[in-house]
Amino acid sequence: MLRVIGKRIALLIPTLFGLSILLFLWVRSLPGGPATALLGEKATPEAVARVNELYGFDRPLLTQYFTYIGKLLQGDFGVSINTGRPVLEEFATRFPATIELTVIALIFAIGVGIPLGYFAARYYGRFVDHSSVVLSLIGITVPVFFLAFILKYLFAIQWPILPPDGRQNPRIDATHVTDFYVLDGLLTGEWDAAWDAFLHLILPGLALGTIPLAIIVRITRASVLEVQNADYVRTARAKGLLERTIRGRFVLRNAMLPVVTTIGLQLGLLISGAVLTETVFAFNGIGRFLRDAIFGLDYPVLQGFIIFIAILYAFINLIVDLSYSVIDPRVRVQ
Amino acid sequence: MSTVLPPAAGGPAGPTTDPALDTGGGTGLWKDAFLRLRRNPQAIAGAVIIGLFLLVAALAPILAPYGGNDLPGRTSITPTTIPGPGEIDEYPLGLDRFGGDVLSKLIWGAQASLLIGVVSTTLGLAGGMLLGILAGGLGGWVDNVIMRFVDILLSVPNLLLAVSIAAVLGQSPYAIMIAIGVSQIPIFARLLRSSMLSQRGSDYILAAQTLGLSRSTITMSHLLPNSMGPVIVQATLTLATAVIDAAALSFLGLGGGLPQTAEWGRMLTYAQVELAVAPQLAFLPGACIAITALGFTLLGESLREALDPKTRRK
Repeated sequence: MLRVIGKRIALLIPTLFGLSILLFLWVRSLPGGPATALLGEKATPEAVARVNELYGFDRPLLTQYFTYIGKLLQGDFGVSINTGRPVLEEFATRFPATIELTVIALIFAIGVGIPLGYFAARYYGRFVDHSSVVLSLIGITVPVFFLAFILKYLFAIQWPILPPDGRQNPRIDATHVTDFYVLDGLLTGEWDAAWDAFLHLILPGLALGTIPLAIIVRITRASVLEVQNADYVRTARAKGLLERTIRGRFVLRNAMLPVVTTIGLQLGLLISGAVLTETVFAFNGIGRFLRDAIFGLDYPVLQGFIIFIAILYAFINLIVDLSYSVIDPRVRVQ
Repeated sequence: MSTVLPPAAGGPAGPTTDPALDTGGGTGLWKDAFLRLRRNPQAIAGAVIIGLFLLVAALAPILAPYGGNDLPGRTSITPTTIPGPGEIDEYPLGLDRFGGDVLSKLIWGAQASLLIGVVSTTLGLAGGMLLGILAGGLGGWVDNVIMRFVDILLSVPNLLLAVSIAAVLGQSPYAIMIAIGVSQIPIFARLLRSSMLSQRGSDYILAAQTLGLSRSTITMSHLLPNSMGPVIVQATLTLATAVIDAAALSFLGLGGGLPQTAEWGRMLTYAQVELAVAPQLAFLPGACIAITALGFTLLGESLREALDPKTRRK
């Protein structure tokens, strides 16, 4: 197990190295170069020259790259142009919000997607099956920001049962220990604060969750369809095992491998989706911060975020691979 | 020694299992797929949607009552009221906050979306195929280098990749096209490469090698045509995502140009503020994006089914 992890991390290094070169060249190819990106387009030539000297942008490219990678390795991702604070610090304060949102979205997607896909396959060609196909088509073709608009209009404006934007009602005097608002409320015993934060998560969570939902439904359905006719399922049935045992231990468990892989691969989509969803719901997470970074060409933020996501992506894939051995004993033997 | 000879050495080159050589007579892979498509209601629905969309986009100058960036109703709007659908006869779907005619903007928006979708997908397809052919055809270290590069690009979420490219190119619709196109390259490259690798061991490739054809001839006229199936399916599906991604990028404000530009994603950006008073400003362009994406998705998935050997025999 440890050797597998070590090997995967070793494989990650060349990818990250290549990515850092690409990102480095990316900033250098921004219109007007890095100094203009820092100062804005209206910067005077003198100011540009001063920044070039200060940050070493006038030195040879190779020297610049080594300075850059050296800082990166020390965890120095630079300073945000928009806010003037270190990029890593900005991430730290905003990530909890997005993690909360993503977790809700994934709980929704998995909680609805796996049962729906399973029953669609079990009752193949019947109503559940047809509706699952239609639902997943909608999930794939309706843009997440449009879906967010529909949900916001229906449940926050037309029938105002849920809050339209933000993370928490500002009138609630909540104590924040971890920046995970729901968790904070639970930890400090401020139940109303936790409940309010949770209510704020529902609409954006539903909107964001539809993307992975559609894909999870499809993969589960296809996978269960394939497994439920396998020879070993027939054998289990011939042995006279309980239908419940067959379905749970033979069909569902074997059908889960591709589903777990898919869930792991959703991270990129979820991050892209979070940028859009958080924009619509004025939800103060990393997505909205990125949107502002995109708008103001806050390149240290974008640069840092891409590296960060690449690392996260690799680790999630590692966890997915490791979880195979929990689900499927055959993987453990190999 | 001389008993084992390649069969029919003087006859027409190649065995009949190579669909690329199957000209006329019998049902070839693509002809067969087309026949199956015609019988699939899902494919027909998709084709009808795309057909309508193409028609509207092509005939935009004739169909649209006003120009895309015109503001004919500038005098009919006030800060507090925006005429909705049916309120003023000249503007059947109402006005937006700039005084633009919503119907005209939706029609011109179809043209913008089509242009972005087709150009960016073509770009992604061309770039991806080039990398895929190099990697899958040459193999060895070229394959390794290209695939590592593709891996790096795949480790960045698609939308962020597109945003980063758009940032370098500046604010314009062309930047969006290139950004979306480039962000699709890795997927096409991977798909074509793996499809080519799976064909490499086939009998017809062996036959072509036995005939002494050059490596490039085998790659280009035997391996490539037979590996295109999944790539074409992906291209159809990518048209859907390109339309959605383009809308997302302009929704985020990356399209450049005037704020009243007739582009579906852009229309949604400004609809945000008036969601409570004029929800149609969000729903109409949103529905257009979704329906167009649905058309391409339906067609792409029917195509996948039609080309899938597992379902073809039934």
